[in-house]
Amino acid sequence: MATLRLSTPLRPYVEGKAELTLDGDTVADTMRSLTEQYPTLRAHLFNSQGELRPFVHLFINNEDIRHLQGLDTPVHPEDRLMLVPSIAGG
Amino acid sequence: MPSRVLEIPAHTLEQIHRLGESAYPDEGAGFLLGNGEHPRRVAGILPLTNTREAEARRRRYMISPEDTLFAEMEADRRGLLVVGVFHSHPDHPEIPSEYDREWALPWFSYLITSVQGGRAAASRAWRLNDDRSGFDEEQII
Repeated sequence: MATLRLSTPLRPYVEGKAELTLDGDTVADTMRSLTEQYPTLRAHLFNSQGELRPFVHLFINNEDIRHLQGLDTPVHPEDRLMLVPSIAGG
Repeated sequence: MPSRVLEIPAHTLEQIHRLGESAYPDEGAGFLLGNGEHPRRVAGILPLTNTREAEARRRRYMISPEDTLFAEMEADRRGLLVVGVFHSHPDHPEIPSEYDREWALPWFSYLITSVQGGRAAASRAWRLNDDRSGFDEEQII
């Protein structure tokens, strides 16, 4: 199990919690655990094809998973994950 | 009549308007800081850099995840929350675009200012609905 920190706008969907402890051997598994426990989050994090929405950024121990193995990045019990959105529009 | 309200002091709204004017003809953006709900009150703002490339800044804005994290830490330091985003629409109405909808986060208040010919014309506030199909307007008071 690892710790996942969520940004403010997502916390109302997880009972107001800023951090969660989740099962998963990879980032993908951890995200699956997150949306299985809190299914109303899923539509905001994933598109209809099951892909992460482009504004969703995941960091593991302060490193962007895009610079590692992406969603296949292994997760260890002592790891700290963060889900931080980029903000865009216009 | 919108069912939700967004309380924002007149001087803060004025500050947002001036920021939109100074960014013109580009889009300016930043975060709204305040309390959570019932009603949602804006206590301050955090202007940030539009990180889009030069030509795109006329019609698009982007705030990096690093700046989002910085804003959350700063809000926490002030005893507040990041409760939303403000941005300007140069020579366009203060209504969310389809692009705004695609990139919107739930729960946030999105305050959009129409800046016409370099002058702030009007602001309206919006919140993404839960199925992401559109926005519900919030009454600015």
